[in-house]
Amino acid sequence: MNDSSAPKDVLDRSKPPRSRLARSLDSDIAASFLRSRVVVAAGIAAALMVLAAFGAPLLAPSNPYDLNSVNLLDANTPPVWHKDGDRRFLLGSDNQGRDILSTMLYGTRSSILIGLLAVAFALTLGVSLGLIAGYVGGRVDSVIMRVADVQLTFPAILTALLVDGVASVMFKNQSGGTTKFWILVFSIGLSYWVQYARTVRGVTLVERNKEYVQAARLIGMNQFSIMFRHVLPNVLSPVLVIATINLALAIITEATLSFLGVGLPPTTPSLGTMIGTGNEFLLSGDYWMVLFPGLTLAILVLSVNLLGDWLRDALNPKLR
Amino acid sequence: MKPERPLVDVQGLSRVFDASKPWLNRMLEGEQRMLLKAVQDVSLQIGRRETFALVGESGSGKSTVAKMVVGLLQPTAGRVTIDGVDMWKTTASDEMTALRRRIQMIFQDPYASLNPRWRVGAIIADPLNAFGLTKGRDETEAKVAELLRLVGLDPADMHKYPHEFSGGQRQRICIARALSSNPEFLVCDEPTSALDVSVQAQILNLMRDLQDQLGLTYLFISHNLAVVRHMATRIGVMYLGRLVESQPSAELFKAPRHPYTRMLLDAVPDLKMSGRQRRMIEGEIPNPISPPAGCAFHPRCPLALDRCRVDVPTPFASGGRTLACHAVEV
Repeated sequence: MNDSSAPKDVLDRSKPPRSRLARSLDSDIAASFLRSRVVVAAGIAAALMVLAAFGAPLLAPSNPYDLNSVNLLDANTPPVWHKDGDRRFLLGSDNQGRDILSTMLYGTRSSILIGLLAVAFALTLGVSLGLIAGYVGGRVDSVIMRVADVQLTFPAILTALLVDGVASVMFKNQSGGTTKFWILVFSIGLSYWVQYARTVRGVTLVERNKEYVQAARLIGMNQFSIMFRHVLPNVLSPVLVIATINLALAIITEATLSFLGVGLPPTTPSLGTMIGTGNEFLLSGDYWMVLFPGLTLAILVLSVNLLGDWLRDALNPKLR
Repeated sequence: MKPERPLVDVQGLSRVFDASKPWLNRMLEGEQRMLLKAVQDVSLQIGRRETFALVGESGSGKSTVAKMVVGLLQPTAGRVTIDGVDMWKTTASDEMTALRRRIQMIFQDPYASLNPRWRVGAIIADPLNAFGLTKGRDETEAKVAELLRLVGLDPADMHKYPHEFSGGQRQRICIARALSSNPEFLVCDEPTSALDVSVQAQILNLMRDLQDQLGLTYLFISHNLAVVRHMATRIGVMYLGRLVESQPSAELFKAPRHPYTRMLLDAVPDLKMSGRQRRMIEGEIPNPISPPAGCAFHPRCPLALDRCRVDVPTPFASGGRTLACHAVEV
């Protein structure tokens, strides 16, 4: 072979490659995370809440799901710093006599879990449909995107209510908290897939014409392999940003549904259910039943939102 | 098998694109369908170990021909026969797979032709896996290392991502991927036009060395006559979707026949500063949606006759050259 055709080796190969963790800590994204105090605070708040929520069985003073431990005589106890407060109920108790703090910990866990699973469901559905619409094109594209357009004309909460209503009637016989949990995941997920589909379709339309896709077609690779092995990894970065922002939306939607009384039942309350119940006692002065779950929800959603906004800016080089 | 049968035989290849507006717009605005004839009636043969170069301005249909020859784009009419197998007629899937293994392509843009999320090793191994050419990871890795060495890269590069390489190195990776299925026929669609001039020569030399070493046949698409002169054994000149002239390379540069070819060669800067009067290229390539009647070149042709405005000249082949012109005898 021609000597002039040998490329100059400019990279130093003597150093061993650094680990993935070392590289990620040194990256631009990590730097931009540490630069903003607000983002660091939001990150810490979100991390603490997730830890507390998933450590609920260990941290909570009592188990609010265990109806035997609940005594109706303890109902509407104010927080400890009040004159007639009870040391067993740090933040007071609700109208059933359940400890607000414990219920909140368990409720936050439900809210986060439903949010995560709903986002995962919406993401899977939206990304797959968007990928197919963008890659296959033509009539398939028209059908999928028109369905998406129609769904966009409804507010997401309305879609969730509708799906939730239909599913609840279908599974009327299993009225337990678990069934309701999955119905919520399904209905919230189904109301948020459109954004993923639209974004992914747009990026796919660009990627499918790139030459690496042609190279894959050339060796006779089938369409699904090209879509999911070649194109999918290249359309995921905008999806990550949407997913983070959507997580906050999904948590709020769950809270709204529960507040309206169609979400998680009072036996396995989420933050929304608690706010809903507490709302009825607000006028009688029992503020703690709505204030603490409300604050928790606000901080949770705010910190997730801040993280999502930061991620969007950090991953978009044009905004830096 | 007759020894003189060309490896690639293209007959009467045509491709029409529908460039019209959507149906509803056409109905409301009363417009006709707009058909873009990108390639019309192109015939060419490429013998084994030959390099056939297609040259022409932008929009002359070179890349469309390339895509139809490799099987990425279905022709509207005509035939592509590779070693006796009609590419668009064959229905047997194993015959098609076997054919695909023997044809590979090198693309124009080395920045878009490698998947940015795949490691170089996986990119090069993709055809190996698709055709089941290697068994097991070790064998695949050994083959990838061998291919990287063949194109002048370090086998350790297989663990890197494409963005860690320069344009020329990426094009080497593309060549390694194209060679991995052990093909006989490579279609190169302007493989060096996106590269620096200094790197172009390296890539072209590499391609020539590989041709000698592996007995490859090239269809080489380019608009750069200097590159073509360096590479080609035969040259076909395209104008507005038609092949106007094809000749062995040396003869074409010595004695161009078609007035368009002459115009192209006249425009090449003269390094020897011979003081020869250069004629500028006049006019532009017409809009392919509404091409001129008759010979598409007649508005720019210094030799145009009355007949050229009416009749489309048919390609006339004799003694290994083809010419489509009324004004010039073969």
